[in-house]
This record gives sequence, structure tokens and C-alpha cells, in this order.
Amino acid sequence: MSASRPRAAKAAEMSALHERLERTWATPPGLWGWLTTVDHKLVGRRYVVTGFVFFVLGGILALLMRAQLARPESGLIDADRYNQIFSMHGTTMMFLFAVPIMEAMAVYLVPLMCGTRAIAFPRLNAFSYWVYLAGGTMIWIAFLLNVGPETGWFSYVPLAGPEFSPGKRTDFWAQMITFTEVAALAVAVELIATILKQRAPGMTLARMPLFLWAMLVTSFMVVFAMPAVMLSSSFLISDRLIGTHFYNPAEGGDPLLWQHLFWFFGHPEVYIIFMPALGMVSHITATFSRRTVFAYPIMVLALVATGFLAFGLWVHHMFATGLPRLGNSFYTSASMMIAIPSGVQIFCWIATMFDGKPRFATPLLFVLGFIVTFVLGGLTGVMLASVPLDLQVHDTYFVVAHFHYVLIGGAVFPLFGAVYYWFPKFTGRLLNETAGKWNFWLFFAGFHLTFFPMHILGLIGMPRRIYTYRAEMEWGGWNLAATAGAFLIAVSAVMFVINVAAALRRPRTAGANPWQASGLEWATGSPPPAYNFIYLPVVAGREPLWEEGETRPVMEGLSSSEREILCTSVVEAEPDMRHPMPDNTLWPLLAALSTTALFIGSVFNEWALVWGAIPLTACLIGWFWPVGTPRRKEAAA
Amino acid sequence: MRRVATAALCLLLAGCAGVQSSMDVAGRQAGDIKGVWTLMLWVCGVMYLLVLAFLGWTLWRARRPLADAPPLADSALSPADRPMQTALGGWMVLIVVGLLVLTFGSFLVDRRLAEAGARADLNIRVTANQWWWQVEYQHPDPSQGFLTANEIHLPVGKTAKIELVATDVIHSFWVPNLGGKQDLIPGRVNDITLTPTRTGRFRGQCAEFCGLQHSNMALDVIVDSPAAYEAWRARQLASAPPPVTPGQARGLAVVQTAACANCHQIQGTEAMGKTGPDLTHVAGRRSIAAGALPYSRGALAAWIADPQGIKPGAHMPIVQLSPADLNGVLDYLDSLK
Repeated sequence: MSASRPRAAKAAEMSALHERLERTWATPPGLWGWLTTVDHKLVGRRYVVTGFVFFVLGGILALLMRAQLARPESGLIDADRYNQIFSMHGTTMMFLFAVPIMEAMAVYLVPLMCGTRAIAFPRLNAFSYWVYLAGGTMIWIAFLLNVGPETGWFSYVPLAGPEFSPGKRTDFWAQMITFTEVAALAVAVELIATILKQRAPGMTLARMPLFLWAMLVTSFMVVFAMPAVMLSSSFLISDRLIGTHFYNPAEGGDPLLWQHLFWFFGHPEVYIIFMPALGMVSHITATFSRRTVFAYPIMVLALVATGFLAFGLWVHHMFATGLPRLGNSFYTSASMMIAIPSGVQIFCWIATMFDGKPRFATPLLFVLGFIVTFVLGGLTGVMLASVPLDLQVHDTYFVVAHFHYVLIGGAVFPLFGAVYYWFPKFTGRLLNETAGKWNFWLFFAGFHLTFFPMHILGLIGMPRRIYTYRAEMEWGGWNLAATAGAFLIAVSAVMFVINVAAALRRPRTAGANPWQASGLEWATGSPPPAYNFIYLPVVAGREPLWEEGETRPVMEGLSSSEREILCTSVVEAEPDMRHPMPDNTLWPLLAALSTTALFIGSVFNEWALVWGAIPLTACLIGWFWPVGTPRRKEAAA
Repeated sequence: MRRVATAALCLLLAGCAGVQSSMDVAGRQAGDIKGVWTLMLWVCGVMYLLVLAFLGWTLWRARRPLADAPPLADSALSPADRPMQTALGGWMVLIVVGLLVLTFGSFLVDRRLAEAGARADLNIRVTANQWWWQVEYQHPDPSQGFLTANEIHLPVGKTAKIELVATDVIHSFWVPNLGGKQDLIPGRVNDITLTPTRTGRFRGQCAEFCGLQHSNMALDVIVDSPAAYEAWRARQLASAPPPVTPGQARGLAVVQTAACANCHQIQGTEAMGKTGPDLTHVAGRRSIAAGALPYSRGALAAWIADPQGIKPGAHMPIVQLSPADLNGVLDYLDSLK
């Protein structure tokens, strides 16, 4: 097992190897294959599509809200329905779209960027998708049956507690949290293992693509942040279902406990959403500027610093709750400090374009839109870090404007850019450039028309989460502008869907590397074969495809008749060992179904936790049933 | 797009007058906070323009014709790498300096806000309920204290310390023209200090989502001259005036015997309910149902006849009254100036 010099493999030999690998790694066609696959590309693809479906659903809710708020004292939607709509909008966008879609892109891309044949823990990956799908479907069915959450995506107690939110609405919400967090944690673990142990030989930490760095930091943040919200939502369910008093001040509980736990998750959550996007921006910028990203070490440090700082700011969501002022000052400084790594990264991307030869294709346009938008959102974030100013604008439309600038500007713009950029890799087809430019400009104009006026609305006194306002408040004009902008965004989204649909009807002509990009994901076919790489790539620099031109070093020695991957050392990525990978299996789906039964059952009866554990345990036993040592019967390659 | 943004900014700077605007300052605390806003706007505005300028320069430079060279895989090979590193260092220093200015500016104002509460001229206790505000003017001599609802009067130039509590869920007290907001949390006691600097009528609104009628949980804040304030206070201290006309007398009888008295209190009568707003001087207030309607006899009639139509979910039930009884109740309540 040694890195061999590039050599001209005979065409026949390669095609024989291709056939063997295809037999080993392929997903069988038909429904059975669809249900049992553990291929990270298939799972990742359906994850992405599902994420976009939730994006559209959340967007429709946004349009309904904008329609209601377009004029004062509108009677379009009643208070109860409106409260459910805004709760579902936030819940859908945060838990069912933003976090999952970033992880979904990573599930697809990370193994390819690492130059490996599969994601770590592929069955867990399939399980994660099914659990996510079940959680999202459950909450949306509940919503359509008028049992949707009504207390916001943040579900503050006591409003969300047993006394003020009777019925099952909040229970479904809290259980949806459990579903999506289980899914997110599973993916985070897979990504950490893949990035740390499955990188191509030679891809040291110092040569790792920035998207991998971003996903590594993000995944660690998921591991540390998500347990806090699972804990808080479990406390909530237990307060509601079995009469505990975690949040009940009359019995020694505290409503602020919820806020601390929720925001200890909720603030890092924002970075969990946009940090993968920062990685995407780096790749797009480098490719279309034909220059490696400027100041790579500083970019990495900025990502890591953001990851640490993100856990020290949660109290800036709670400045108005009357916590001690000295403590608040600490959170002011920490919140402001986050501007340093963010500002540094912005500089580095612009510098990369400045020194490179930028070609303004659609992905790079979205990066430009990202910079213009995200920086504004970051600056209003600095404003919100100040305790006195926050006391004025907290819970007003100023904050609504701020976090849409950060989240749409910081995550959705790059995400669209990333879809235009990696779509040929996913499907073998290029998206239409003209439609892409329309898509971008409509989105950009619609976004700013929608959200810029909200800054002003907040300053002139409009609080968040109100379903109506009185005519004499003089908020009507700005609200009407925002509503018009929202419909412009909708037109842009329709444009995007049409562009994708039209592209899928065209032949696969994109080729392996349509953008002449440098990452390993471009070193294999588009779409990649089931086994990702026919020979494992070996890496000697940060931009492998730019450095080596036509001849690329590869590595041999892995079985082609068994699913096998190469594990490498954490820092230097030196070959460590061969590791067997599981075959396609139905157990993850069955385990996910029994998990779903347990979770949904426990919304109604605490004993479901006990009875539901029985089928789940059976599934896990099936899942982990030893299949014996893999038969090493491979023929020599 | 930028033109729209610029136009919006101009409008913003031209002043956002309004009864519920943080930009239309009528109190010392709001003024201090607006100072932070102005500082932030300038510093952040300059930083934003710098980013846009660098981006603009990059776009302008991208138009230069370039020979077809292989992509640059190693940043250090570019002649621009070193100067750009220097520029990056300068940029970081600029960010840090900007943040220091903002942080200290913010600290200083925060300290001023904290110190203001130390010497209060009057003490008020506000209790938030779904979805109205109980206002209790406190006084060392209990006979000088009184209860009202959904309307606060403050003497201009005096510092009021407002104690904030909640009985049900979390609410947030916010009168943007006078100062920032503070949450009212069950099981906790918070406070906020307001020092109005000019007379006028302002509006506050609950800023923490508190359920179905969060949108209709407002309060009127009237900043009076000292004389007007004392006159108002004297009126509030008095019990409700006795009915004069037969209609008013019938109204009082209905209020005391129908469901009204279960929840509402009218000082000086047998109506002693505590769960709804105090009505002792309801006709002297600017609005009813926590800002849902401007006060008028007609609005009161609409509210009593169909509270759920005006504020769906409000805890006030429909009380079936004959037309004559309703008229009597209206006659009576309208006399409670």
C-alpha cells in the first residue's frame, strides 16, 4: 500500500476495475435500492431536495405574513392562525431548512472533497435523513391539522408551558426539535469522522479545503450546541406531560432557565447555519478568480475563532430580561469581537478577487450579493451587541431586518451560489447562465426591498410578532414596500425552480470539471460514480488540480470487491489502515421508523418511551448484528 | 437598489416623528440611547463604505485585460500578496479601534442608564397581564397611592422608577420615545427608569410575544407639566363620582350586579374585582382595551357588546345586557372622568 507515481492505466484495465467497483458500491435500482441505500451522494441529494421543499414551504408562510401586514388592520389572517404561521415560518426555516441543507450539502460534498469513497458511518447517515424527514413531516401535518406551534420558534415559557399553551401544539413543536437535533447530531459526527480520518493521503490539516475546515468547526459546534436545546425541549415536554416544574417559578423553577438553554444553542445555531456558507464562498471565490484564497491560515483561524466566540454571546438575546449589568457588559464585548474574524474574512475574499481574474458567472454574483448584504447584517449585529441600543431595538422589526440580512445574506445567497456552482457535479448538467443572472438580480432587489425597510420600521416602533397594527402608527408604507419585495423574492425562487427543472431535461454534458476548479470533487465524473474515485487521489498541495495539471498521483491497494476505505492520520493524513464499510441495508429506515413511533407516541403518553424502546432496540440489534470478518477474496488489482 | 437604500437613509435621518418612535426622543434615557445609535451609525456607516469601496475598486479593476495564465495555486507567488497582507493588518487594527470606540461608548451610556434609577422622584409599579397593564402609583402613605390601567402619566423633568412584574407570561415594557425596554417576568421583579424631557402623548407597546393578543397590548403614556400632573393625580386619588342621572344610576346598579363587578374595580362602589383593569376613572383615559380602540362612548359600547370581535381571545367575556342596561352602563362609565 504505497503512493504510486501516476501511470497510464490501460483503458481495458480501468474499465474492468470500474465494473468491479460498480458491483461493490452501486445502489440497486428500484424501490428496494431507494430505501436501503447508504450512498452519501444519494442520501445527500435527497437531503438537499427535502431541504429546498421546506424552504419553499417556509417561504409560502412568509408571503402569507407579508400579505397580512401589507396594510394596517388587515383581516386576511386571524390572530391564532398568524401566530401559528410565524411560529412555523421560523421553525421551518431554522430547523428544517437552514441547518439541514447546509449539512446536506456537506454530506454530498465532504467525502468527495476528502477524496474518499464513502462518508463515515453511512448507515447513521441514512438514519439521519429518515429521522429528519419524519420530524419535518410530523410538524407540517400537525400544522395543516391546526395543531401547529403558536408560541414562536423560540417557545418562551411560561407562554409555551402547560398553563398557557394547552393542547398538543407545543408538544409537537418540542418533539420536532428532538427529531431534527438527532438528525443534525448524527450528521455532525459523520462529518467530523470523515474530515479527520478519511482525507486523501497528503491532505494535511494545513492543506484542507476551506469548506472542510468550515464543516469541521460547524460540526463541533453542533455537537456542543444541540444538546442544550434537546435538554431544554425535553424539560419543556416533561413540564407539559408529567408535571415537572423546571420552568415554573411558583415551584422553584425559572422561566429564564429556558432562555439560557435555548440561546446557548440558539446563538451558535446562527453560526452553524452560515459557517458552511463561508466555506462555499471561499471555493466559489477562488475558482472564479482563478486564484487560491488569500491568507489561508488567517481564514482558518477566523473560522475557528468564530466557532469559539459563538458560545460566548447568547446573553445578548436576553439584555432586556434584567440580568446583572456587569455580566451584560461581558456579552457586549464578546458579541462585538465576532466582528473581527468576520471582517477579516470579508477582506480576504475581496482581496482574492482583487488580485485574481474574476469572471462574474452566477455563483460569483451570489458571492458579491453575499458580501454587500452580509456586511450590512454584521454591522447591525454590532449595533445589537450594545446593551443600551439593544434595549430600544430588541424584539422590533430592526432585529427582524438584522437577522434576515445575516441569515439570507450570509447563508442563502452563498447557498444559491453553491447550487449553481456544484449543480454540474451533482447532476452532470449546467444551469442556464441567463436565467441564473435573472435569478440573482431579482433575488437581490427583492431581498433589499423586503428587509431594508424593516430597519426603519423597528426604529419607529414596530414590535415583532404582531398580526396587525393600527393605521395611525404610520407603518403602512414601509410594510407595503416589504410585501412587494417579498413577492419579488418569490418570483426569483420560481425562476430558480424553472432553471433547475429545465436543466434536468438536458443531456449530461457538463464534464468532470466545467469551472476548471481545483478541489478533489472535480477530479471525478459528474455525477460521480457510486465509488467516487476509481483510484484514490493523493494530494501534495492546497489546490490539487491546479498544481498537478494532467498527471495526478493516485494510490492503490483498496479492495474492489469489498466496500473498503482508507483511513489516514488526523494531522498529516498519512495512510493509517483499511477500513470496511457497510453494505446497503434496510435497518436505518426501520430504526428511524421505530424512533419516529417512540417520539410521536411520547407526545401523547410518557409510557411510549418505554414501549417504544422495544422495537427500537430490536432494530438496533439487527443493525449492529455482526456480519463476520469481511472476506478478503479480492483479486489483485 | 442602493439608491432606494440611500433614500431610505435620508428619510430616516430627516427624523422619524411618531408617538412610538425611538428616533423621536422625549426622554433622557431615549436621548442617551439615540446618542449610541448616532455613534453606531457613523462608525458602522464608514466601515460599510470602506468595504463597498474596496469591492467597487475590485470590480473596476476586474475590467483590465489579462493574459491567459494558469490559475494561482500559491498565494505567496503573487506580487500583491505582501501589500495585501499589510492592508489586512491595517484593516484589523481599524476594526479593533472601531469596536473599542463602540464598546466604550456603549458602556458609558449603560452606566448612565443604571445610575438614573438611584434617585427617583416617583415610584410606579406596572403589572403586565394577558393583555393589559395594571398601573399602581406607589406612595409611602398608602392613602396617597392609587390604581389605574393602561395609561401612565408622568411629570416632565421628574425621574420615575417603574417596577415591573408579570402575573402570567413574559411581557416587555417599552415606551420608545422615553427609553428602552425591560421584560416583565413571572417570579422576578425588574425595573426601568424614565425621565421625560418634554410634554406630550406617547404610546408604549408590549415587545415580548405574549400570546394571542400580543398585538393589542399597548399603553398610553402622557407626559404632563407639573401642574397638570398634580391635577390628574388628585383626580385619580378621588373615588368614582356618584351617579347623577337616572341612566347613570341604572348603569351603576348593573355594573354591581352583573358580571362586570367580578373582574373590575370601581373605587367607591361595590365593584371590587381585581382580575380586570380598574375602571374608577375609565372615561378620563385616551383609549380602551389596552390601546385597541381610542376612547369614546361609541367605542366603549362596541367593546362591551362584542369584546371578542375587537380583540379575539381577550379575557373579557360577552355579558348579555338589555339595550337599556347597556345604555345605562355606558352613561355611568362615561361619567367616570
